[in-house]
Amino acid sequence: MTEVRSNGSAQVGLDANTLADLVSITRRYPEARSALLPMLHLVQSVEGRVTARGIEACADILGISAAEVSGVATFYTMYKRRTVGDYHVGVCTNTLCAVMGGDVIFERLKEHLDVGNDETTEDGRISLEHIECNAACDYAPVMTVNWELMDNQTPESATRLVDDLRAGVEVTSTRGPRICTWREAERVLAGFPDDRADEGPAAGQASLLGLRIARKNGWTAPSTEREGDPGSPADTAQQAVEQSDATDDASAVRVEESGSDTHGGKDEVDE
Amino acid sequence: MSEPDISPLTPVLTKHWDSDRPWTLESYEGTGGYAALDTAFAMTQDDVIALVKDSGLRGRGGAGFPTGMKWGFIPQGPEKDGTVKPHYLVVNADESEPGTCKDVPLMMATPHTLLEGVILACYAIRANHAFIYVRGEVLHVVRRLQRAVQEAYLAGHLGEDIHGSGFDLQVTVHAGAGAYICGEETALLDSLEGRRGQPRLRPPFPAVAGLYAAPTVINNVESIASVPCIVRNGAEWFSSMGTEKSKGMTLYSLSGHVRNPGQLEAPLGVTLRQLLDIAGGVREGHQLKFWTPGGSSTPILTAEHLDVPLDYEGVGAAGSMLGTKALQIFDETTCIVRAVLRWTEFYKHESCGKCTPCREGTWWLVQTLARLEQGKGSEADLETLLDQCDNILGRSFCALADGAVSPITSSIQYFRQEYVDHFTRGGCPFDPAAATLFAPLGASA
Repeated sequence: MTEVRSNGSAQVGLDANTLADLVSITRRYPEARSALLPMLHLVQSVEGRVTARGIEACADILGISAAEVSGVATFYTMYKRRTVGDYHVGVCTNTLCAVMGGDVIFERLKEHLDVGNDETTEDGRISLEHIECNAACDYAPVMTVNWELMDNQTPESATRLVDDLRAGVEVTSTRGPRICTWREAERVLAGFPDDRADEGPAAGQASLLGLRIARKNGWTAPSTEREGDPGSPADTAQQAVEQSDATDDASAVRVEESGSDTHGGKDEVDE
Repeated sequence: MSEPDISPLTPVLTKHWDSDRPWTLESYEGTGGYAALDTAFAMTQDDVIALVKDSGLRGRGGAGFPTGMKWGFIPQGPEKDGTVKPHYLVVNADESEPGTCKDVPLMMATPHTLLEGVILACYAIRANHAFIYVRGEVLHVVRRLQRAVQEAYLAGHLGEDIHGSGFDLQVTVHAGAGAYICGEETALLDSLEGRRGQPRLRPPFPAVAGLYAAPTVINNVESIASVPCIVRNGAEWFSSMGTEKSKGMTLYSLSGHVRNPGQLEAPLGVTLRQLLDIAGGVREGHQLKFWTPGGSSTPILTAEHLDVPLDYEGVGAAGSMLGTKALQIFDETTCIVRAVLRWTEFYKHESCGKCTPCREGTWWLVQTLARLEQGKGSEADLETLLDQCDNILGRSFCALADGAVSPITSSIQYFRQEYVDHFTRGGCPFDPAAATLFAPLGASA
C-alpha cells in the first residue's frame, strides 16, 4: 500500500494541516464514516480534484479500503476526477430551464469558451458543466458559479459573466455573496465556514412574489389569540372585493420589478 | 370556532422574508422566534406529538404522510435485548425534484425557522442529535445554515440543557455532493453514512432501523419549518386553513411560462386557476398547455385541470400527485416530446443503478424517446414506449423509476397526436426559440 502520510517516502501525501482537518470532520458524527462526503469536499479544496492520495488519506483515516472511497467518490457528480477551473460554471438544462433558454445559453457558452461539457479552458480559469435542476426554477434560466446562484440569465448575460470571471473582475451572485474560488467553496461545503454568510440579500424578487401580493391586498393567515398581528377579522370583509383586483396588483408588482431591476432577480432586497 | 374567512394567500413561513436580515438570530428572536421551545418544554414529549397530529400537518416533501404519525412510530423504551438505541432526526434538505424551489429560499431567508422546528421535533421524538442533509449545489444556503446553527449554540437554543429544560441537542449541517437520488429518504441515509446514495429495501422502515440502524425520523425542510407556528398558535389555528384532509398553509412554487414566477404561500386546496389569477397568469400572448402539480415525477396535467383543488386528495383524484407543489407551467410553444425526453434523460442520469428495471429501463426509454423526438419513430415505437413503462413501474426499491414513467405515460395520454406528428412530419414541428424567455413578444411555434 502506498504511504499516505506527509513523511512517507513512496508518495508525497497530504500536508499535516489537511490531515488534521480531515480527522476533525470525523468528530462531528457518531460514526466516523459519515464524514466521508465532507472529507472528499475538503480533499477537493486542497487538491483541486479528488486525487489518489486524497482517496488514500480518507481510507486510512476511516479504516476502509481505497476502493470503497473511490466507489463513493465516483457516485456523486460534484466530485471531480479532472481539475476544474477556478470558476466552475453550471448551466441548468433540465426541462424547464432548457425550454426557457438554458439550452441556448449552454450552446453559446461552449462556443464562446471553446470547451465541451465538463471541460476546462486552457488558461484554467473556467470549467463548464450542464447541471440538473438546482432548485431555483422561479428564476429560470438558471446558472451557477462555484455553486452560487446566478438567476434569470440570457446568452448575453452568460457570456458577460464568464468574460468577467476570466478577466478577474469581482462577480457577485444574483442572490448571494461575492463569488469565491471553487477551492474555497469546497472548503465551506466540507463544513469549514468562511465569513460570507451575511453577504447578499435574504430573498430574490420571485421568492417574495406571494408575500408582496398578500401585503398589497391585506391578506394574512388567520389571527390568533396568542399572536395579535396577523389580520384581524375586520380585514376579511374587504378581502373578497380586493381579490378581484388581484391580477392588476400582480401586474403592478411586475412593473415595479422591471423598473428597479433590469437583470431580473438581481435586486438586493435587504442590502 | 366558527368557520373563518381565509385569505387567498396566507404568509406564515414567508412572512418575514422581506425583513431586515431575517436570517440572523437577532431578527428571528425579534419576531418571537424560539419562544415555542418553552411552550413545548412545558409539555410532555407525547403531548407535542399529539399536537402535531391534531394539526393535520402532512409531509411537504412529496408523499404527504402525516408528520405527527411518523413521529409516533419511533419506538420508545429499550430494545428486546435491553439496549437503548439513540434516536435521530434527519432533515431532508436535498431539494432537487425538477421544478421544486421552496426549501432553498426558506433556508436562505429564515434558517432559524427550520432550526426551531428541528429542536421541537427532536424534543418530541427524544432525539439528541439531528442532521440537516442539504444538497451541496447551493453554497450560500449551506453558509446561512452553518451560521444559524452557530448562533443557536451561542444563544443556548442548542447544546446542553436547552433553556434549562434538561434537554440536550446537537445539530450537524451536512452538505451532499450531487445526486438527485439522495432526496429519497433511505438513499439519503446511506449517503449520510458515507456510502453511495442507494435506496434500501423496506421494511425495516427508518422509524425502526434508520441512520446507523437506529430509530430515525426523516422530514422535509418545509414540514419541520411548519412545526414552530403550530406550537405557537395551536393545532386548531393551523387546521383552520386548508381542506378536510389537507390542513394548513403551504408553499406553492410557480415557474415557467408565467408573467410572474415565484413562491405563493396559500392554504392547501387552492387551485392553479386561482394562483395564476393572483400572480398575473400565463406569459403575455400565450396559453397554458401543460403543467406539473408537484415536480416532474408527478403526472402532467392540462388546462382542463385548472380547477382541481391542489391538495393531496384533489390532485390524486385528477390522476396525479400533489408532490412538492412545484407548479411548472408550459405554454403552447413547448414541444411535449422534447420536454419529456429531457426529463427522461435526467432520470436515466440519476438512476443509482441498484435496481435493474430502473438502471436498464430508463436507458431504453431515452433510446425510444430520442428516436421519436428526432422524427424517426413509428406507431410501434409508441407502443414499445408504453410497454417499457409498464415493465418499469412498481418494480424497483424506490420511486425514482415510477417518477420516470409519469411524464411519459401522462403525456401520451394527453398529447398522443403530438408524438404522432413528429414521425409523420419527420421532425419536431416546434421552434425552440419561441419557448425561450428571451423570445420576441408574439413569437409562436
